[in-house]
Amino acid sequence: MSADNQLTRVQCNDLRTIAAMIVPASDEYKVPGADDPAIQTDVLTTLGRDTKLVAAALDHLARLARQPLAELDAARRDAVAQEFRSSGGAAAATLVRVVLQCYYRDDRVLRSLGLELRAPFPKGYVLPDGDWSLLDPVKARAGTLRRAP
Amino acid sequence: MKDPVDVLIIGAGASGAAIAWSLAETKMHILCLEQGGWMNPAEYPSTGRDWEAKFYGEWSSSPNVRGRPEDYPINDDNSPIKVVNYNAVGGSTVMYTAHWPRLHPSDFKVKTLDGVADDWPIDYDALTPFFEENDRIMGTSGLSGDPLSPLTHPPMPQQPMGLSGAIIGKAMNKLGWHWWPSDTTVATTDYEGRARCINLGHCTPACAQGAKSSTDITYWPQAIRAGVELRTYCRVREITTDENGMASGVVYYDKDGVEQFQPAHVVIIACNGVGTPRLLLNSASNRFPHGLANSSGLVGKNLMFHPYAQIYGYVKEPTDSNRAPPTCLWSKEWYDTDLSRGFVRGYGVQFVRGAGPVFEAVVSEQKGILPWGADHHRVFRKLNGHRLGFSAICEDLPEEHNRVTLDPVMKDSHGIPAPRIDYTISENSRKMMEHALARGREVLELAGATDICVNSPIPWGGWHLLGTARMGTEPERSVVNEWGRTHDVKNLFIVDGSIFVTSGGVNPTSTIQALALYIADQMKQRLANLFD
Repeated sequence: MSADNQLTRVQCNDLRTIAAMIVPASDEYKVPGADDPAIQTDVLTTLGRDTKLVAAALDHLARLARQPLAELDAARRDAVAQEFRSSGGAAAATLVRVVLQCYYRDDRVLRSLGLELRAPFPKGYVLPDGDWSLLDPVKARAGTLRRAP
Repeated sequence: MKDPVDVLIIGAGASGAAIAWSLAETKMHILCLEQGGWMNPAEYPSTGRDWEAKFYGEWSSSPNVRGRPEDYPINDDNSPIKVVNYNAVGGSTVMYTAHWPRLHPSDFKVKTLDGVADDWPIDYDALTPFFEENDRIMGTSGLSGDPLSPLTHPPMPQQPMGLSGAIIGKAMNKLGWHWWPSDTTVATTDYEGRARCINLGHCTPACAQGAKSSTDITYWPQAIRAGVELRTYCRVREITTDENGMASGVVYYDKDGVEQFQPAHVVIIACNGVGTPRLLLNSASNRFPHGLANSSGLVGKNLMFHPYAQIYGYVKEPTDSNRAPPTCLWSKEWYDTDLSRGFVRGYGVQFVRGAGPVFEAVVSEQKGILPWGADHHRVFRKLNGHRLGFSAICEDLPEEHNRVTLDPVMKDSHGIPAPRIDYTISENSRKMMEHALARGREVLELAGATDICVNSPIPWGGWHLLGTARMGTEPERSVVNEWGRTHDVKNLFIVDGSIFVTSGGVNPTSTIQALALYIADQMKQRLANLFD
């Protein structure tokens, strides 16, 4: 890591590569991959308190790959990724989480999922009241509350 | 030196707010010291597009993850269940699911009924008027008449059933099992200045709409109007005693970090089942070498969490996902003892409506059901918006080895020793959890769920902090008497969940607050001879 607690260029490259392995782009669903520049910018600018663990995860990844992840052939890259996820512990889990939490708030991704591009507040959501006659069998059985002496 | 106050309350959460409000009518000088500050709903997570991400950081339910100055660290390495709480005006009512069952009448007599643990020194009937009063002030919604729950009279109608509730109800009916709309503290109509629920969904880490009841928007405004003084960002280090063994006041750090002494005629602790024993143990002195009010040796012991056995799966139909309060229905089918199940006592169930997309992606990836790579998108679309959950709240029986002590190394931002948790799940609880998971699987499979996953226990599920300063009539076997006064110090009271004798199998906040109001009433009846 550099002195200002940000990721190094090499780490950023590995992060982008592993992000694309987690969530690749899809023509079928018309969504970018998690290596998309806008999503990567979101990841890097909001790392905050996760920076240390993500950097540790990337250090672990670098040890496994021994070279930039993108330069490995596909089979070797997949093997490294699997080893990374299985042996990376909390650091690897944090890296995956920060990628996913930025990916699944991207406008293009939410639109593809049919979700509205907004915070829950202030509009909220409408919920069907439902058919409360479903409770009739419960009322008919009418169990009894255990009494205390 | 500051002038003494008549009553000093430590903690402005569920129980501190309730007792402050109740005692205000005495016109005594009442002061509450709270280590956190007032909340600003405009900053609550659901107001931003990053609403889910915040739950993993500054809005985590774990104080160890949040790490704000007003939080204190907790060493819970030696516990499979981690402590969660919130420190602010409103306490953990700021960050809770608003599920609002009461303990059952039978929960107060477990020794008599089932031969385990101890009976409470009070019964359900003693609390009934205070449950009712508390429900009115907190503002509850629900459907009166549940045959397997104590009778309640929620002033607002129940939450909508929604998509998830209908699926669960149909499955439970096929199995012939009890279910009922939950009582909650979510306002379903405009109520006493609170706006009705608009289904923000992300209820647990605070409600931007103000529909979820928390004591900063219910009890506290009324208590302050009635004259109670509330000082924020004031962390109490210890309770002091005088030459007669009576509490004389507290030493605390003010918002600038300056040590202060506040004398008081009566001290009331409302710091929850971890914070309260921590404070009592930190108040050791020559006269009380093992901690204040600890002649029984039971301060910090008998910690009860409620191990949560959670099972969830994914149905083909859409569920409510994050577009509704997370809990809507409960079941008491397995609440009471049936020894043929292989364990004593029982559990309540709360059904869970679903999850938001980030949470779904993160958790499903961790569970191994959401793959990396090309198939990620197809699988995610199968999971997201289709989750249904079944969470059993298992009654945790008191065991002295489950305890809160002071950590020899860890300290908070003021240098005060932090609590350490040593806790194991009992064999009885494990059998109960296995039973619950099996029942949950039946329900989910009947509803057509696949990809079923289990969290047992929910690791970050230590919401309910109970039993560490238990109530009783015998000073050798309890810390406080039947009206909340410590046996050892006659002007020191405890009103939070630490005074629970047993835990029941339901969320405890309703009962905690009813107890606080009951103790306030007992104090008011005895004002002339409170210290006798």
